[in-house]
Amino acid sequence: MVVMKNVSMVYPTSDTPALYDINLNINEGDFVFLVGASGSGKTTMIRLLTGELKPSSGEIIVNDYDMTKLKRSKLAKVRRTLGVVFQDFRLIEDMTVYDNVAFAMRVVGASSRQIRNRVPYVLDLVGLSGREDRFPRELSGGEQQRVAVARALVNNPRMIIADEPTGNLDPVKSLELMLLLEKINDLGTTLLVVTHEKELVNAFTKRVVTIDKGHIVRDGMDGYYSYEA
Amino acid sequence: MRLNRIGYLIREGFRSIGTHAFMSFASVTIIMACLIIMGSVSLLSLNIDEIIGGLESQNEVVAFVDEGYTDEQAAALEEKIASTDNVSLVDFVPREEAMENFMGNYDSSMREYIDVSVFRHRYVIHMEDISQMEDTVAELREIPGVVKVNAHVDYANAFISIRNIVSVVSLILIVVLAFVSVFIMTNTIKLATYGRREEIAIQKMVGATNHFIRMPFIIEGLTLGLLGGILAYFAELGLYAGLTRRLMESLANSFITIVPFSRVSTTVLVAFVASGVLVGVFGSLNAIRNYLKV
Repeated sequence: MVVMKNVSMVYPTSDTPALYDINLNINEGDFVFLVGASGSGKTTMIRLLTGELKPSSGEIIVNDYDMTKLKRSKLAKVRRTLGVVFQDFRLIEDMTVYDNVAFAMRVVGASSRQIRNRVPYVLDLVGLSGREDRFPRELSGGEQQRVAVARALVNNPRMIIADEPTGNLDPVKSLELMLLLEKINDLGTTLLVVTHEKELVNAFTKRVVTIDKGHIVRDGMDGYYSYEA
Repeated sequence: MRLNRIGYLIREGFRSIGTHAFMSFASVTIIMACLIIMGSVSLLSLNIDEIIGGLESQNEVVAFVDEGYTDEQAAALEEKIASTDNVSLVDFVPREEAMENFMGNYDSSMREYIDVSVFRHRYVIHMEDISQMEDTVAELREIPGVVKVNAHVDYANAFISIRNIVSVVSLILIVVLAFVSVFIMTNTIKLATYGRREEIAIQKMVGATNHFIRMPFIIEGLTLGLLGGILAYFAELGLYAGLTRRLMESLANSFITIVPFSRVSTTVLVAFVASGVLVGVFGSLNAIRNYLKV
């Protein structure tokens, strides 16, 4: 699923590496929290996994694709095996809920029939049945994030990467969203959730990978948010 | 690519024109304005060229025939003169006609003092290319029976200089305007697509290929360019017709004639539509190029 071997990343504009010698394995069906303070290297790691950046050294395999050797023109293929959820939802404002989700299927060449069958199912799964014709501005933050999750899920990805998905939500909506992600994981999709919300992480008994100043300082299965090894 | 996918991409192109109506309007207007300015400069240059061409054609050369030649011998020279390189038109003027032409400028009492034998048979000659006038005159002088050739080589050289200056100035103006127009148009389109960088980033993140993302932009640029080109054509037509009508009224008795729009209408339409479409499509592609590097 994800293999990172001795990965280091130095931005051209900086002398200090954003990531040092990272080694990480995420297996099929895992639910992993990636935690750390702001500037610890979480976002760099996500950008490496989605192919936005290439590492300065090391090897990265994502869903059987070698990201270090992958040509830019082939990136679309890898991204079709991934679903990405962002803190700021990133919905298209002039598209309805239905179209925002259907759009992800159209991009990968799904037929109108496949879209008609799949989109209502996914919207139902995330609890948005009956809201298909609403525009993002007509929804609450929690609902908008559910649309983003539906969009990430609609192409049946092998893995969903959620980058601070609860950053713009209140504690109740955050918990609801995490329960939704847990449900998706139970259905077989691998989850990598980036967050720095301690209470939320501690509420679930999942694997927690802690990153600090570009190093993985802790990788525990006890579901405990801590900087201590 | 499946038909329903092509249909979707075309619909997306048109949807985008509608949802970004103001920027679409701005793009079409800028394309129109630039094409009209370039078209007007080109048409002005064409008209100046035509006027100079007309003046050049009036610059004639006169070859005088040996006084000892009979009427038949003089008339027989026409063939030799006509076969000289660069000669486009030869008109034989017998001495009697030459005298009549001369007398037309004076009082009839002059006839008493001037005999027809004073005048020589002559040929009025027009040339295809006045820049070769000197060589042609030299050739004409070599023809047996031609004793003198009157040619205003200095006038011819002046026309050539004017025409060259007009051509160079027009070319520079058109090239500069073309660069300025392309710059303004691509920047307007860039501005129009700036608000959609987020949408492109989302498309990239869900696995859209660059080709898939570009397609609606190509359709949008093509449609806006086509529309700008066609509207610019009709605006140019109206502008030219109005200006021509006014000029013709004030130039009614002058030697200046204006090129009718009907003579260049197809060229203008094709040039405007092709330029509009090219700028629209390449402007769109150039505008989104940086957003695709995600």
